[in-house]
Amino acid sequence: MRHILSILLENEPGALARVVGLFAARAYNIDSLSVATTEDTTMSRMTIVTHGSDDIIEQITKQLNKLIEVVKVVDLTDGNHIERELMLVKVRAAGKDRDEMKRLADIFRGRILDVTDKSYTIELTGDSDKLDAFIAAIEAGTILETVRTGASGIGRGERILKI
Amino acid sequence: MTQQHLTGAEIIMRCLAEEKVEFVFGYPGGAVLNIYDEIFKQDKFKHVLVRHEQAAVHAADAYSRSSQKIGVCLVTSGPGVTNAVTGIATAYMDSIPMVVISGQVPTHAIGQDAFQECDTVGITRPCVKHNFLVKDVKDLALTLKKAFYIAGTGRPGPVLVDIPKDVTANKCAFEYPKEITMRSYNPSGKGHSGQIKKAVQLLLDAKKPMIYAGGGVVLNDASAQLTKLVRMLGSPCTNTLMGLGGFPASDPQFVGMLGMHGTYEANMAMQDCDVLLAVGARFDDRVIGNPGHFFRDGRKIIHIDIDPSSISKRVKVDVPIVGYVRDVLDEMISHIQASEKKPDAAALKAWWTTIKAWQSKNCLAFKPAKADGRIKPQAVVQALWKATGGDAIITSDVGQHQMWAAQYYPFDKPRRWINSGGLGTMGVGIPYAMGAQLANPDATVACITGEGSVQMCIQELSTCKQYHIPMKIINLNNRSLGMVRQWQEFFYGNRYAESYMDALPDFVKLAEAYGHVGMKIEKAGDVEGALREALALKDRLVFMDFITDETENVFPMIPGGKGLSEMILAEEL
Repeated sequence: MRHILSILLENEPGALARVVGLFAARAYNIDSLSVATTEDTTMSRMTIVTHGSDDIIEQITKQLNKLIEVVKVVDLTDGNHIERELMLVKVRAAGKDRDEMKRLADIFRGRILDVTDKSYTIELTGDSDKLDAFIAAIEAGTILETVRTGASGIGRGERILKI
Repeated sequence: MTQQHLTGAEIIMRCLAEEKVEFVFGYPGGAVLNIYDEIFKQDKFKHVLVRHEQAAVHAADAYSRSSQKIGVCLVTSGPGVTNAVTGIATAYMDSIPMVVISGQVPTHAIGQDAFQECDTVGITRPCVKHNFLVKDVKDLALTLKKAFYIAGTGRPGPVLVDIPKDVTANKCAFEYPKEITMRSYNPSGKGHSGQIKKAVQLLLDAKKPMIYAGGGVVLNDASAQLTKLVRMLGSPCTNTLMGLGGFPASDPQFVGMLGMHGTYEANMAMQDCDVLLAVGARFDDRVIGNPGHFFRDGRKIIHIDIDPSSISKRVKVDVPIVGYVRDVLDEMISHIQASEKKPDAAALKAWWTTIKAWQSKNCLAFKPAKADGRIKPQAVVQALWKATGGDAIITSDVGQHQMWAAQYYPFDKPRRWINSGGLGTMGVGIPYAMGAQLANPDATVACITGEGSVQMCIQELSTCKQYHIPMKIINLNNRSLGMVRQWQEFFYGNRYAESYMDALPDFVKLAEAYGHVGMKIEKAGDVEGALREALALKDRLVFMDFITDETENVFPMIPGGKGLSEMILAEEL
């Protein structure tokens, strides 16, 4: 099952390598990973999307907690949460495709950030399914390039992850 | 008063003194020359010069295992570190508290592929509890403080501090923090009271209780508590390879070691009990074999461990208790004392009748040799036990001899049995005995080894000479890599691929070349006399080369992937 883990960790060199190394060493999966510093610059917040059985997710959480630089780990999938991912996609937009591409971008609430005679660069945010749906909706041959950030997650309501 | 400004190297000396370090095991090199220059000028600790960095780490490891203090070693950058990696991984697998200080090329040269540069933090990351690269001398004292704190608390383990050469030369004000708190590291101490109560209830209600105790009992010095609890409950108790001595082997409630080469009774009781209490142990593959086979409907498992990730990793447990085993056992004992309920005497009697029937298989029996016959390796271990009054510190290497040592030298006290249980590192025997002897100068220290393993760190005979380490080396020489050969015999149709040791050295001459005493023993009838003679040479290292019966195998044995009750016994072959 897909899980989205939120991790608060010390903003120190090597901390990211420790997390990634743990997944590699124990043969866990990373579907996506995003990380940046928080409002407190001594701390980083990481979101890892992974999948595995309940036993494996339990081990992942425990092993992450064992890392000295990890302050807190929360499995956001345990409760209501919001997740967003950003995608930039460069598509061919010439001739009759051009209008259709604009319409599709609008339907998905995408924004066109850059325009040339032959292409659009579209920004899309949403959960991963929505981004996947956009990719599926446009003709594969028109995609020139995609870049995705991986999901960032946060709990809904009063649920917060802080020290 | 103005604060004193010290160089990084001086700061290291002060920190080690603050931590009351007695020995630093190490080997000098370019990146650590500033540190060695300060070592030359100080007399707070003794530096032990090994002959290979791997041995420095093993010796520091055994120093820790045999004394409960934190072992310290010092190696140079590049090859110094890579040589140390085997030792670090060995300590990590067995949760041994240790601080490894490594030199690094100067900060400005890092990443330039400098001479003797390697990515030490990267290379060691998966086999340390934590590691640090100190880039500023101002961080040095705090980092070393953290290193000792992390190494020795929670589930212990090795911590490496990588120090670039310029950091050892730069100066700053020195202050050693008395206390340390880290927001990201707070090992939980006391177990959950509700869980502990639940565990006690289960144990008191049990008809067939079983206690399975591992290395955590030894590491946390909880032997007294374990022994008390087992006696109160009247249950059988088994120890893992790492836990031997954690419960006295001579106690009638001890059913021997469990696992791949454990006793029939211990393995059967593990499988057949109705309440299992696991204390500081981790249900690893060499202990329970196949987890699917181990599963029994209705059996309740209680698991005490300081490391939450050890709980429900391989085996689902019913009552997890995270905490220091000593504290948890103490609390369990007081609950039992306060409880009106007592263990079920009638049920225990029936349970012990079953266990006694298993014990009557006499699974460790072996055919004794005639006086002029070939030496049985098991008999050598038994004779050593007799000759040392069962009170020696025994180190071992890895292989058949290790299992025979574990099976035939019953330990009544913890920290007397020093071996590489998790990583299974051949070559640890001699350096382990060095570390153990230095930590326990008055103890008899014997290294039970084989002609394969012993050659993996044989160079340390030179270190032993330099520091007058009078260990007794019991070389069970069967001219083959016995454990490999045993598997080839059982599972590979007697195809003994590369498991023979051809061109062995003359170990007597080799020992003599290093300035020690060598003995070769070839007849079964000579074993006891030779051991007495060697042990009488109290101030000399004696290398005893026992030419043993190479056809002997280790029994009982659970083949890989099989379950605890699927043992092969000697009598069945």
